[in-house]
Amino acid sequence: MSDTRSIQEIENEIVEEFSLFDSWDDKYEYIIDLGKKLPLLEDRHKLDENKVRGCQSTVWLVADYIDGKVYFKADSDAIIVKGLISMLIRVLSGHTPDEIIQASLEFIQKIGMTSHLAQTRANGLLAMVKQMKNYALAFKIKNTMTHGERSAERKGN
Amino acid sequence: MIQSNTITKELDVYAIRQQFPALNRQVKGQPLVYFDNAATTQKPQVVIDALVDYYTNFNANVHRGIHTLAEEATAAFEASRDAARQFINAASREEIIFTRGTTEGINLVAYTWGRKNIQAGDEIIITEMEHHSNIVPWQILCEEKGAVLKVIPQQDGELLLDEYKKLLSSKTKLVSVVHVSNALGTVNPVEQIIQLAHAAGAKVLIDGAQSTVHLDIDVQAMDCDFFAFSSHKVYGPTGIGVLYGKKQLLEAMPPFQGGGEMIKEVTLEKTTYADLPYKFEAGTPNIGDAVVLKSALEYVSKIGKEKIRDHENELLAYATEQLLQLPGLRIIGNAANKVSVVSFVIDKVHPQDIGILLDNRGIAVRTGHHCAQPLMHCFGIPGTIRASFAMYNTKEEIDQLITGLQKALKMLL
Repeated sequence: MSDTRSIQEIENEIVEEFSLFDSWDDKYEYIIDLGKKLPLLEDRHKLDENKVRGCQSTVWLVADYIDGKVYFKADSDAIIVKGLISMLIRVLSGHTPDEIIQASLEFIQKIGMTSHLAQTRANGLLAMVKQMKNYALAFKIKNTMTHGERSAERKGN
Repeated sequence: MIQSNTITKELDVYAIRQQFPALNRQVKGQPLVYFDNAATTQKPQVVIDALVDYYTNFNANVHRGIHTLAEEATAAFEASRDAARQFINAASREEIIFTRGTTEGINLVAYTWGRKNIQAGDEIIITEMEHHSNIVPWQILCEEKGAVLKVIPQQDGELLLDEYKKLLSSKTKLVSVVHVSNALGTVNPVEQIIQLAHAAGAKVLIDGAQSTVHLDIDVQAMDCDFFAFSSHKVYGPTGIGVLYGKKQLLEAMPPFQGGGEMIKEVTLEKTTYADLPYKFEAGTPNIGDAVVLKSALEYVSKIGKEKIRDHENELLAYATEQLLQLPGLRIIGNAANKVSVVSFVIDKVHPQDIGILLDNRGIAVRTGHHCAQPLMHCFGIPGTIRASFAMYNTKEEIDQLITGLQKALKMLL
């Protein structure tokens, strides 16, 4: 969690890792492996409100905001989706809301996942990205409001 | 090629495959194995050619204009209606209404017959294995009218007819049942269902989306009141389908949509409606696809449904036998009478993962709830992996599916 690399640097790293694979089977084996390794989400988080809509499988996503940075946790009943979200977490978790909102996430395309996954499933992937960015935006707004109130208080004094 | 086949008893699947250009393509660097035929079938060259021919040579609006093209287009459009009549053995061409597909056919009945005939407290019966398109229109109607929707339960893919008998009463106004389940492949005993419904004074709609391509359809012998099917599941173009209705019922029904084509005379005070079937075909219809439906139906008839069915049944039996060899695999829906669909789940594996890994080998199956969420709920599963077969599929392709599954399981487990 004390990763200091930028989102772009982590994206590049993933793209480089994928360039080592010769076949789609290898890529999928790697993604499946990531999926298996992703820490399980506690059952208490597996609520309807944490479900990401737009996926054929069920995906739960939760986010925490600690010291100005957003940390994601996720789970899915499908292992490939879990692997994909594990990569998204690796790239986005531990960064500020602004960094997350601005992330281009071109690595998804570069490793061939958008073109390889069919439209309905790609939408699931996009839905996950959107949900992660929504969390970041929500934390940002909440943060600005809190700061705004404080400065307003100061002004009042 | 086909003509010579009709003499022999067995289908020459390799000759048939030559007639479907889509089957020649590669997916992910591998030859396509297309097992998503219950969603839509691929199209034979004669259908593709007929579509090109229509737009190349005689595209015109139908039923108006006295010029040559309009006459030719109208003749072809009406000839297709005759072909559809023959295909399902309706008594008259006026009973054949062109729709966008099965969904629109069912909605048409719900919207017109339903709104006129269903009152508060009336009951409509469907089954647990309906596609959403034979659930939602009735839910909307029931909500609007204060009517009640009742459901015939199923067990391991078979409808429980004793339960059905208990549901029937003088309150039952309509029974709307799927002929062949898209998710399980079950062939439902519609003749018996219809007889029982009629004895109780109810009308019956049969959802023929899945059955029309596999079974011999005779709406008169079946004695259903309405029957709906889609062209694109019978090797024809998308966007066109047929609703059959008994003439006296259709005559008594109010129109579906208002507009051109469906009127006899319009004054600003009052409009009289056109005769059947045009009363239900407002606006310019989907002429091109309707015209080409004839080519698709003739193609199927020429090869012969019985021959196609024998071939598909053989594939189904072989696939079932091979699939059951895989550890942890469970077939969902084990009705005695099934056609062309095998739906399954595998222990500890999500159907979606299997779908992705099979696609990676060029094998197209459907994964998910198959637009039958209530049914999946009954089985306590989120969805299944479904392989559905058509006349052009082979045992070799089933072997490829099995190999694909074995490799996928090795990766996933």
